[in-house]
Amino acid sequence: MQSYWHAYLFVVVFAVLGVLLPVGALWGIGPLLRPNRPTAGKQTTYESGVDPFGDAHVRYNARYYLFALMFVVFDVETLFLYPWAVSLKKLGLFAFAEMVLFLILLVIGWVYAWRKKVLEWN
Amino acid sequence: MSLIDEKDQVRTEEMLLNVGPQHPSTHGVFRLVVKISGETILDAEPVIGYLHRGTEKLAENLQYTQIIPYTDRLDYLAAMLNNYALCHTVEQALGLEIPERAEYLRVIVMEMNRIASHLLFIGTYLLDLGAMSPFLYVFAEREQIVQMFNEICGARLTYNYMRIGGVKWDAPPGWLDKVRAFVPHMRERLKMYDDLITGNEIFLNRVRGIGKYDTETALAHGMSGINLRCTGLAWDLRRKKPYSLYDRFDFSIPVGQNGDCFDRYYLHLLEMRESLKIIEQALEQIPDSGPVLGKVPKLIRVPAGEYYSGIEGARGELGFYIVSDGKDKPYRLKIRKPSFLNLQLLPQLLRGQNMANLIAILGAVDIVLGEVDA
Amino acid sequence: MWGAWQTQPLTLAHTLAMLVGAVVILLITLGVVTYTILAERKVIGWMQWRIGPNRVGPLGLLQTVADVIKLLIKEDVIPAGADRPLFLLAPIIAFVPSFMVLAVLPFTMHHVFTANLAIGVLYYLGVSAITIHGVMLGGWASNNKYALIGGMRSAAQMLSYEVPLGLTLVGPVLLAGSMNINEIVQAQAKAGMWYVVPQILGFLVFLVAATAELNRTPFDLPEAESELVAGYHVEYTGFRFAFFMLAEYVYVFAMGSLCAALFFGGWSGPLLPGWLWFALKVTAFIFFQFWVRATMPRLRVDQLMTLSWKLLLPLALINLVITAGIKVLLH
Repeated sequence: MQSYWHAYLFVVVFAVLGVLLPVGALWGIGPLLRPNRPTAGKQTTYESGVDPFGDAHVRYNARYYLFALMFVVFDVETLFLYPWAVSLKKLGLFAFAEMVLFLILLVIGWVYAWRKKVLEWN
Repeated sequence: MSLIDEKDQVRTEEMLLNVGPQHPSTHGVFRLVVKISGETILDAEPVIGYLHRGTEKLAENLQYTQIIPYTDRLDYLAAMLNNYALCHTVEQALGLEIPERAEYLRVIVMEMNRIASHLLFIGTYLLDLGAMSPFLYVFAEREQIVQMFNEICGARLTYNYMRIGGVKWDAPPGWLDKVRAFVPHMRERLKMYDDLITGNEIFLNRVRGIGKYDTETALAHGMSGINLRCTGLAWDLRRKKPYSLYDRFDFSIPVGQNGDCFDRYYLHLLEMRESLKIIEQALEQIPDSGPVLGKVPKLIRVPAGEYYSGIEGARGELGFYIVSDGKDKPYRLKIRKPSFLNLQLLPQLLRGQNMANLIAILGAVDIVLGEVDA
Repeated sequence: MWGAWQTQPLTLAHTLAMLVGAVVILLITLGVVTYTILAERKVIGWMQWRIGPNRVGPLGLLQTVADVIKLLIKEDVIPAGADRPLFLLAPIIAFVPSFMVLAVLPFTMHHVFTANLAIGVLYYLGVSAITIHGVMLGGWASNNKYALIGGMRSAAQMLSYEVPLGLTLVGPVLLAGSMNINEIVQAQAKAGMWYVVPQILGFLVFLVAATAELNRTPFDLPEAESELVAGYHVEYTGFRFAFFMLAEYVYVFAMGSLCAALFFGGWSGPLLPGWLWFALKVTAFIFFQFWVRATMPRLRVDQLMTLSWKLLLPLALINLVITAGIKVLLH
């Protein structure tokens, strides 16, 4: 059991280090090295060389969100598959049949999405 | 019925997006204002004129020979053809005889220039579609051509090589042999480009069936060149209204079938093969020596009247229309700019497409902003 | 044994060893990324008949170092219309998970510098998904239309390819009966067969999905230079931009490591030491990415989605069912 917790502590060390690097570089030594002379022209957004018109913060097309919904369905499915994959050897044929059933249900959903043209971009 | 069609439930906003003038894919300072919803283009409005230099107006105060360097700056990728188009119009007006060697040299440099221009089209088109390598490969051959141009006229881009009545300089010793050696090399390389690009499924999927139009639409919008031939109409001025020595050569006019972006791309490749054929034949037929500049009066005065002649430029029918009042300068000069006319259909083609197709369609029109804005 | 401390009670020495391990991996990663970028420019340069960078340092070896210094001393411009807190946060959210996933990759047999995590594969998938938030927030917060479209595309793309990627990774997990990446490697060494052989279909799907997850050609739509200029990081300058790029290249390294460990037997191999085998396999993966980049044009966004949902997903499912079926039959 010891190694279990060790491993997670190690992950935390990585996380802390991962945060420290950008924070240290951007807020620590960065300001000491880089100039800071903001002007109005510099702070406009880039729009192919003309003054930007309109706002980019608009209610954007929903098509992207449909993919997000699809993702949630299938990624959760994948999550269920992992513990099953690890212990398939112990659980045997019954678990296999159960998972195939589960996958069939999802495939039905997938076919439904296909037929409803959710998988098309346009 | 799909989920996303129920407009009342999901309201989204349209967005105006500027593509250009400072944008990597507009091939110069071309601007497109597109109205998009998601990534679908609802409307597109081209804005041009960022590179306008008033060439036509400037020409009114220049003697005919002095206009030649200005034509270099129209379609700067095919300056030899521009040179020729102007000289040809004036020569027609004056009824000049051109020495044979000069005419052959003109044909050779024009076809070489066509190859250089088409090569660059293929490179930039693939770059637009996300493939980086062809762009760098084509520069190898283009460099060879440009080097040869440098040897014959002393410039790599703005040649100012042709004169009314002939060409400025004869080919330096050994130059024609270099061209002779270049032709088979170029043939081999074309085969490589064909394999590399036309053989790529991703590329085919991006250009097949995209930006389609038919012959009637193309004619109604005044299109010419590859943009017209891709619809299946074999309209090439080198054949239809032979000028220079083109009736002496054996070459074919490749045409497309579907009028889509793929046809436009592939015709560039095929036309380079035909150009190589022409160069080969011209090299065989060219007289070994002779004058390269015919007898031309010191001060060229075009008799009063209106003259037009068009040639098959790299991008379509390139024509110069001269109105003369008998002086040594044109009263009015009008250039028929193929890039400009080929651009007319663009908004119509873009409507309903998505953003990624915008690049594929715009790229295939093959515009040069120097010419569009003149 | 180097990694033996991982199974013993926690002492001060062990804690120190962890810190040292993490710092060493960080330094190695920074070095690897620096020279991956240089190698990419060099290799693609050669493929395109160019020389590539050769001015800074001998053979151009210091080019990336110079680039990093340049980025560090560059002014940090934040657009006036940007959503400031999110704009500042986005590069960090993008970068941190890229480094965190390295914590579970077994570079050698004994996990000298990394954690021996029981749920390695799942951890990789879960943590790497966090980066999507950084990319999307970066695109949104910039208040730039190109960035917005780029960010949205990125999100849609990474989400779409996450699914087949996750499903193909189940294959090696099934075969080895463990989510611990090191145990999967050991199982391959014991079986005397790289999992790429029984999982060839899964591997091919993985390769496509991994390339798409990394936003690399032919799936580099989020940064489609010719359409969206640079995608989600248009407005980022200096070191903030550097962290997006860093995250991207750390992922190339991490994905290469994952690929090597799950499908190519990780550190196992004859004669040469384990870490060298691992390095060679990762290098081969990275070289493959360069090669593809020098060859392929970019997919269109709808083709991209179609490819993932209509081709890769069913293929991954079929692969999974076949693998599981064979596994059940064999026992």
